[in-house]
Amino acid sequence: MQALTSRAKPVDRKPMTFLEKLYVWSIFKGMMITLRHLFKKKATISYPEEKRPFSPVFRGLHILNRDEEGRERCTACGLCALACPAEAITMEAAERLPGEENLYREEKYAAKYEINMLRCIFCGLCEEACPKDAVYLSETFAPSNYQRKGFIYGKQDLLIPNPKDNPGEYWKAVGNRKANKEQSN
Amino acid sequence: MADQPKLFKVTIDNITIEVEAGTSILNAARMIGGDVAPPAMCYYSKLKGSGGKCRTCLVEVAAGSTADPRPMPKLVASCRTNVMDGMVVKNITSERVQDARKGVVELLLINHPLDCPICDQAGECHLQDLSYEHGAEGTRYEFPRRQFEKHNLGPYIQLHMTRCILCYRCVFTADQLTNKRVHGVLDRGDHAEIATYIEKSLDNDFIGNVIDVCPVGALTDKTFRFKNRVWFLKPVDAHRDCPKCSGKVTLWHRGDEVFRVTGRKDQWGEVQDWICNECRFEKKKASDWVIEGPTKVSRHSVISANHYVGTTKPQEALPQVLGGRQPRLLMDIHSVSEVNKPNVDLSKILGPAHSNDFKESKG
Repeated sequence: MQALTSRAKPVDRKPMTFLEKLYVWSIFKGMMITLRHLFKKKATISYPEEKRPFSPVFRGLHILNRDEEGRERCTACGLCALACPAEAITMEAAERLPGEENLYREEKYAAKYEINMLRCIFCGLCEEACPKDAVYLSETFAPSNYQRKGFIYGKQDLLIPNPKDNPGEYWKAVGNRKANKEQSN
Repeated sequence: MADQPKLFKVTIDNITIEVEAGTSILNAARMIGGDVAPPAMCYYSKLKGSGGKCRTCLVEVAAGSTADPRPMPKLVASCRTNVMDGMVVKNITSERVQDARKGVVELLLINHPLDCPICDQAGECHLQDLSYEHGAEGTRYEFPRRQFEKHNLGPYIQLHMTRCILCYRCVFTADQLTNKRVHGVLDRGDHAEIATYIEKSLDNDFIGNVIDVCPVGALTDKTFRFKNRVWFLKPVDAHRDCPKCSGKVTLWHRGDEVFRVTGRKDQWGEVQDWICNECRFEKKKASDWVIEGPTKVSRHSVISANHYVGTTKPQEALPQVLGGRQPRLLMDIHSVSEVNKPNVDLSKILGPAHSNDFKESKG
């Protein structure tokens, strides 16, 4: 039969010689590979103690941002929900009452804001759509959970700590990437 | 043949059409339709005397008429200029017009706050469309924009004077539809504002139409204020037997909740029939209306985003495979989600929702 390609190799069906039948050389060759791996650098890290650096374009868990005075930036304009290809974002808007000016930046704010992390594909389109710099993707990822309902993130889970009351936590949540960007501006 | 109306031949953007004498260039262009029709912010075909204020409908007249084929030296407002026999008009084919229109948009945006994320009109705002069409969605204006005292226009209509572009449409509406007009334009120039005389409530039956007529978000529905964004709602045509008006409306709903009722808009964004206040503000139940079918929305509009038409739902295959057993629901989103709670109907709240509306629902 004619070979289909020039690379085809006929199988060698010669009976094994005595030396080959002992398998010593073959076992030695295999053990060499195994032993070599003992001295190689480990491919894994012991995760919770040790963490890999994120790439500069990593898109992790969402954060709802506050301004310098600690007011929520989100005005519930709905552009993130509109841009979301997975339809993971839902919200309900409300009007700011007199006396709530220190809580919300604009006249209208998101009374409810929810991201379904089971639906979210972390594409970052919400971040791009946001006209108020209110939502952005941080350098963390959603922690694992035994139940699905733990992945429905409400406003309390998403809001960044208040920079006035808790500046340490705030800057930790902002992350290196955004902090560097703000400093360079 | 004397009773036959005299027809004028007019060429707009190299398309020739015969129209009756006394037609404006804008209306002749609208008869051709499509992109040839100039945009209009103040002209409203159903309001007598409207037009001539915003200057967005500027066109170039390359030849005045057959009798006098000289071009007009300046760009003319097409809503206020009538056609002549043999007139040649350039709209989108003229660079001068495009350039001038861009300038007009920028001037309109000088005092218009760019608060579209808050504005309820966003998504159906003519000024927003116009500015994006002409690549002038940003602003070069660095000075503080004008401010006004807040006027209360009653429980149904919200006035944001800062957003007003002084098109006078609402004044004409109030004048021509209702028997007593209590609002108008006060002061002059930069201080000009729409206001009611001595904060009078507007209680005319058809005053709600000023909301539909407003090209920007200056006059919006207070019963819909901040409830939802227009592009998350589904518009359907509906009607009811109304003793006051035609009862033909567009319902904007989500699920079973009717969030907003507006008049039906035609392709130029003008309402087809005026509707009364009762239909607009008080009939917020789906059972009040006979639904005719989904409203046709241009697929370029943001309102049609994520609204799928002509889809067929695939048959549920799992019960067949599992011998009639339904798949187990691992999580019911409504038991977890804080949004769209079944016991809170935002559409039932009279005005905009506040923080206390949500607190009450929790307890």
